[in-house]
Parts: sequence; structure tokens; C-alpha cells
Amino acid sequence: MSVQPHPLEAVTQDAVPVHASLPSAASSHATPHIVVTGVDKVFPVPGGEVVALKDIDLTINQGEFVCLLGPSGCGKSTLLNAIAGFSHPTRGGIVVEGRKVIEPGPDRGMVFQEYALFPWMTVAQNIAFGLEIKGMARAAIEARVAELLDMLKLAEFRDRFPKDLSGGMRQRVAIARVLALDSPVMLMDEPFGALDALTRRSLQDELLRIWAATGKTIVFVTHSIEESIYLADRIVVLTYRPGTIKRDLRVDLPRPRDSASAAFNALKRDLSALVTAEQHRFEEVEMKGLTTD
Amino acid sequence: MHSLRLKALAEGLAVPVAALVIWQLACTAGLVNPLVLPSPAAVAARWWAYLAPLEAYDPAHGSWFLWLFSGEMLHDSVASLYRVVVGFAVGAGLALPLGLFMGSSDLIYRHINPLMQVLRPIPPIAYIPLSILWFGLGNAPAVFLIAIGAFFPVLMNTIAGVRHVDGIYIRAARSLGASRMTIFRRVILPAATPYILSGARIGIGTAFIVVIVAEMIAVNNGLGFRILEAREYFWSDKIIAGMLTIGALGLLIDMGVSRLNNHLLRWHRGLES
Repeated sequence: MSVQPHPLEAVTQDAVPVHASLPSAASSHATPHIVVTGVDKVFPVPGGEVVALKDIDLTINQGEFVCLLGPSGCGKSTLLNAIAGFSHPTRGGIVVEGRKVIEPGPDRGMVFQEYALFPWMTVAQNIAFGLEIKGMARAAIEARVAELLDMLKLAEFRDRFPKDLSGGMRQRVAIARVLALDSPVMLMDEPFGALDALTRRSLQDELLRIWAATGKTIVFVTHSIEESIYLADRIVVLTYRPGTIKRDLRVDLPRPRDSASAAFNALKRDLSALVTAEQHRFEEVEMKGLTTD
Repeated sequence: MHSLRLKALAEGLAVPVAALVIWQLACTAGLVNPLVLPSPAAVAARWWAYLAPLEAYDPAHGSWFLWLFSGEMLHDSVASLYRVVVGFAVGAGLALPLGLFMGSSDLIYRHINPLMQVLRPIPPIAYIPLSILWFGLGNAPAVFLIAIGAFFPVLMNTIAGVRHVDGIYIRAARSLGASRMTIFRRVILPAATPYILSGARIGIGTAFIVVIVAEMIAVNNGLGFRILEAREYFWSDKIIAGMLTIGALGLLIDMGVSRLNNHLLRWHRGLES
């Protein structure tokens, strides 16, 4: 059930099915938005190299919510960073909206697990930052910031500094900062990984609401199987070193999803088997690394 | 709350008051030569005389307000403070841009750092002979020495501040579309301010030490000059009165700088107010 490789030219075509073998809810009008073609990423390490990604071919459609799932070290963040433009693939290329990715840019907003809010700026200033860079007029910035503060229920915190906010609140600000630029793609690197379960769920719901309202393409890295089923249209499971696509599956459960339902749990069981196998490989390799060092 | 504060005050004052009492008793009993160690009462009297206007108020010579501040101590304090401010401004004004360049460019760092490492351990006081040779007497050599004293702490901390900026802020700024210049101005500079300001605080402290020494050799006013002058006349009470004034002024400066830092770094973790 792997994704078929897409030539870069496919971007210009109107409709390209995600993967022929699976029925896709959006396939009738699916437009490729992010096209990853033949990507390898090799990191040099003392005494050798680590192949973090190998032969990754992945096409993500306009408006799709895709989760990259896998254990630590499977290269899911590496792939996300390559799409963001923070690191360059050793081989292959990535095209977003028909343009080859060479560097980070405001068309691909990034939400980090560590929030990465500027601590010297207030909530409102953090959200306004990207808009100021864009050269938007003061009044327009004010209006947009107010709108986002409302959308993410942050209005009363507008003049607080990040240090005075809880983790959940900080991540709301980080999401608002990315949404401010209205970028078509939102990349999220384990954004809710550091939050407690209740905050996590409420931010997941918030994110789904925003996604439904804005129609953004979201690539979301997580190691939580539950989270990926709760959120995604499509889950891409990566293998541990070298990172390849082990499974690419569509989640057709109706939304809002009920994590207690039988279908949800059946899927969870299947994915669990896949991910656990990779987790074991990860542990084996780490152990070997310890004994040979 | 109120009584707690009173208690803390009482605890803090107990030992100094006891020391003063013992000191005063020793002097009153004639155990020490007053030329060597004057009594606290004599020091206090001299301190007051040093603070107070030298002449009685005469409306013919100008306003009452000016007369009130015509005492020797206030003139000396202003003179010393002026040198600290000018010297610090020169030293920090050179160190800050250089530190920013050295911190953000490895090429510049590799070229300049070895020279800085050679010059840095030379105490500012070791520049005294050279400063007199180059600038003669007066404010110029004093400002030069103070500037050197302030230069290195600000330089070193600025370099460290720029180099320690967490990469994630830069990545976030880049993905929000910031140019290199914007990143420098709006991310690196503010992220480095905690380091830069602590360098400035150390620099001002050093400047204050150096000003006292500089005044002992190059000028004929200021707090440093005054206590050396008092020695020539064997006014040990005035020496101690002058020293106390220096301490009080240093404390005031440090409190002011610390206040300013807390305000500028109100966003910073660990500075919860």
C-alpha cells in the first residue's frame, strides 16, 4: 500500500489520485500540494553515516490532514524539516505549490514542539511578527491579530509574555502566529507532545476546527497512534533506519471521531502492531550501539 | 507583613550597630590613636561637613537651591559619576558593536579574538602610565582608563550572548519569512540582551572601581581625589567619610542598573517580579 512515486511535473496537473489502491474521499478533486520525490537524507556521524530517510515518495493533497507516525529516530521530523526547508535532502526533491523547496518560508508555517515563541515579545507581538515582516499596514495587523486572538481564545492574554503562559496557551499562540500569515501549509512537529492529556485533547479539537474552517494542508508529526487516528485523513507510518514509508493508509472514520468506538480501536490495534515492530528495531539498534561503543 | 519587615531590618542592623558601638567605645576609652582610627562620631561629623555647603547662604550669590548643593561631596560625586558615565559610554559603545560582529561572524571572530584574549587580562590600572603619556592629566586619561575597564566585560558578554541564541528562535523567524537583517535586529539582539545587560552591569562596576584609581592620579576633584587629598592632611575621618560615600554611590549605581535590567528583561524567565 505504498504511495506511487510522482514525477515533479505532476504538480501542474489538475487531478492526481493519491494512491490508486485506496479509495480516497477527496480523490475526485485532489490537487497535489506537497510532492516529495525520491528523497534520501543521510547524516554523517562519527565513524560512518546514518540514513535517516530512504526513497521517500509522498504526495500530499490540497487540504489533507496527514500524520507522519513512527517511533523516535524514524525520520519523521527529518522529513518534516525537509518540507519546511530547514534541511536539504541528500537526494531527491520536494515541491510545494509547484515550487521547489530550497529554504524555509512563510508559505509553510511551522509549529514546533518547544513552541519557539519569542520570549521578549508579548502574545500579540508574537502573532504580529510575521505580518510586520510581510510589510502589512499597522491597522491591518491590529485587526488580524485581534481576529486570531479571538479565534484561539487568547484575547485576555494579549499583553502577557510567554513565560507567564501555560504550555497549552503557548502552543495556541504558536498556532496563531502561523495562522496569521495564512500560509496554505501548516507543518507541525509533535506540537502537543509536551502537554497533559486534557489540554492535548482540547488543542486537537481546536486544531480540527481551524483546519475545517481554513482548509489548510496539515502535515503533523506524532508518535502517538491515538492522536494520529483522532486527527488525520491519512496516516503515513515510517520505518526505523533507514526511514522509509512502511504504510500509507487513509482514515475514513466519520468526524468528530470517538476514540472509544470499535472502528477507532481496531485501527489503533493494527497501527500499534506496525509501530511496535519499528519500536523494537529502534531499541535493538540503540542497545547494539551501546554495547559496541 | 509589616512586622516581618521590621524584624528583618532589626536582624540586619544588629551586627553593624554592635560594631559601631564597640568602635566608638574603643575610641572614647582612648585605646586607639584618633589619627589612625577616628571615632564613628567624628567620621559622621566629618561626613556631614563634607556634604554640607561650605559657606553660609548668601542670596547675592544665587539661588538657595544651588547653594544647597554647593557642598564638596556633591561636586565630587557629580564629577566621579560624570567620568563613569562618559567612560562607560565610550567603552561599551565600542564593545557592543564589536561584540555583535564577533558573535555573529566566525570570520571576524577568528581574526579579532586572539588579540582580545591577549589584551583582556591586562588590568585597566596597568594602563595608567600609558594613559598619562598619551593624554596628559585631566579627564581624558581617566575616561580612557574607565573605558578600558568597561570594554571587556561588555565585549565578552555580547559575544557570548549572540553565540548562545537558541537556534529554534532563528528557525521560527526564518519560517515566518524574516530576512537575515530582521533576524539579527529582532531575534538575535533581543535574545542576547540578558547577556549584554549582565556584561553592562559588570562593566559599570569595573568603571566605578577604575574611576577612583584614575582620580587619584590624573585629576583634582572627584571622590577618589578627595580621599587621597585627605591623607595628605592626615584627615583620617575624612578618608573614611569619603570611602563611605564611594560605597553608597556604588550601591546606588548598582541598584539603578539592576532596576533597569529588571525592567528591560521583564519577559525573561527567572526574573518573576
